Amino acid sequence: MSKSRVWKFHNDVDTDQIIASQYLLLPDIEAMKQYTFESLDPSFAEKAQPGDLIVAGENFGCGSSREQAPSVLKALGIKAVVAKSFARIFFRNAINIGLPVIVCKDLYDHVEDGGEAELDLSAGTVTVDGQEFSCTKLPEYMQKILSAGGLIASLNKEEA
Amino acid sequence: MGMTLGEKIIARAAGVDEVKPNDIHTVTLDRMMSNDGTTHLTVDMYYNQLKNPKIADKDKVVFIMDHNVPAENPKTAEAHKKMRNFAKDHGIKLYEGQGVCHQIMMEDYVCPGELIFGADSHTTTYGALGAFGTGVGCTDFLYAMTTGTSWVMVPETIRFNLHGSLREGVYARDLILTIIGDIGANGANYKIMEFAGDGAHNLSIDERIVLCNLTVEAGAKAGIVEPDEKVVEYCKAHGREAVHMFKSDDDAQFAAVYDYDLSKIEPVVVRPDFVDNFALLKDVKKEKIAIDEAFVGSCNNGRIEDLRAAADVVKGKKVSPKVRFIVAPASKAVYIEALEEGIITTLMEAGAMIMNPNCSVCWGSCQGVIGENEVLISTGTRNFKGRAGHPTSKVYLSNAAVAAASAVAGYITDETNNI
Repeated sequence: MSKSRVWKFHNDVDTDQIIASQYLLLPDIEAMKQYTFESLDPSFAEKAQPGDLIVAGENFGCGSSREQAPSVLKALGIKAVVAKSFARIFFRNAINIGLPVIVCKDLYDHVEDGGEAELDLSAGTVTVDGQEFSCTKLPEYMQKILSAGGLIASLNKEEA
Repeated sequence: MGMTLGEKIIARAAGVDEVKPNDIHTVTLDRMMSNDGTTHLTVDMYYNQLKNPKIADKDKVVFIMDHNVPAENPKTAEAHKKMRNFAKDHGIKLYEGQGVCHQIMMEDYVCPGELIFGADSHTTTYGALGAFGTGVGCTDFLYAMTTGTSWVMVPETIRFNLHGSLREGVYARDLILTIIGDIGANGANYKIMEFAGDGAHNLSIDERIVLCNLTVEAGAKAGIVEPDEKVVEYCKAHGREAVHMFKSDDDAQFAAVYDYDLSKIEPVVVRPDFVDNFALLKDVKKEKIAIDEAFVGSCNNGRIEDLRAAADVVKGKKVSPKVRFIVAPASKAVYIEALEEGIITTLMEAGAMIMNPNCSVCWGSCQGVIGENEVLISTGTRNFKGRAGHPTSKVYLSNAAVAAASAVAGYITDETNNI
């Protein structure tokens, strides 16, 4: 288990902030990912490293149904989003594309932007400075989609 | 135990007698809609990721180009080409430039009791006809198009009992913005917002569309008005039959119940950058907030009742020289009706720019995009940071009459008498 750099965001981060409308019709996710969080931090995409964690407050991903939002995060190599709560469409889209989204009510106040945290996906825990926080377990059905690598991977498996 | 209206729709789609909140069911979808905001990605995934690419029932699939229509740059043109070609190759019905996707779905497809996936968050609109419409991403859409099915976790239902009628000069727009202000941007997250009571039945179908459309801004999975005779008539007028007219059982369980007296609702102006940043017009107008642009349109507020309200306000007046006033009818049918009523002439004589039917300013990508520090008053769906253009710009939300009055005055107000 390795430590991840934490990018901390506030409550109600909407999908327009994750990836703005004017980039959604670019040809593919690779072309869009450089604009991730542009309105909040224009250098985010440049600085984010594979394995980094996003930690957020309530209602992360509210707004539009654009799957481009979780997809750009996944394309940048974000390991998971850990939030107090998620907006439902973002949550479902993330599971469908195989980006772990984890509800953890208590972590937020114990971690700083730029700090480090250790996520153990299978145990469902996040550790910061030796202090362990438990995350809400996903229903088995969703866990299965996530571990297959997403909804399409799981469909392909069924049809194999 | 009794079921709610929404639970009954899921039970029907799942082919089971009963469902309860938090159950996960496989459902057969009645229809699937995708627009040009994401379809190019879906098409890529169809060809590149599916082991066994197929479409379960092409007649249940609808493609609608409405977000960047007509194309504003070569990249969009390529994305559109991909969508157009896919529709042609697979016999899928495609609408191009006919209007905003949800308005077209209401006019041509939605029936009560149906379960519909739309690759757009405002698919909650379809609850205006007693259907369960919910927004999904392109992976969900692709899975649904390929298999004809999907998985649904049954949400809890929040019931809103509406009483009485809205006063003159107060609109369904003000009602739903008030409700969102009360319960908050995640107040109905993962829940169904159900509207019933005499006040709900007093609302026209157009007004119910306004209500259900914005329920997603409180996080709802669906917003549904208990269907009645008006739904039957609307379906009939559009060549369809209303079959599954569900309502909640008397002993159905609700997560919460709210009561609203419609006669107490007042005109609302939502401040930037969240849809639940509620304020009353009477307070905001004291500040005389200067605007650069005003917009009437969108899937929320671009129907004939909204255009009529805007035209009544600007009739015989002139738009402020400091303001661009942009109007986008929600569909071709709305546009033609507005032409026939003389509404378009009135708006144009006042100085409005009339757009083709599409998402327009609300989507902040192809028409009326606002620049650095500019201020927009909009009947669109959202006021998120940067939603209509530059990240430093600001979006206020109001009803169509207030947006039109502000266009004339040059600042946020409902008064044009002294101008």
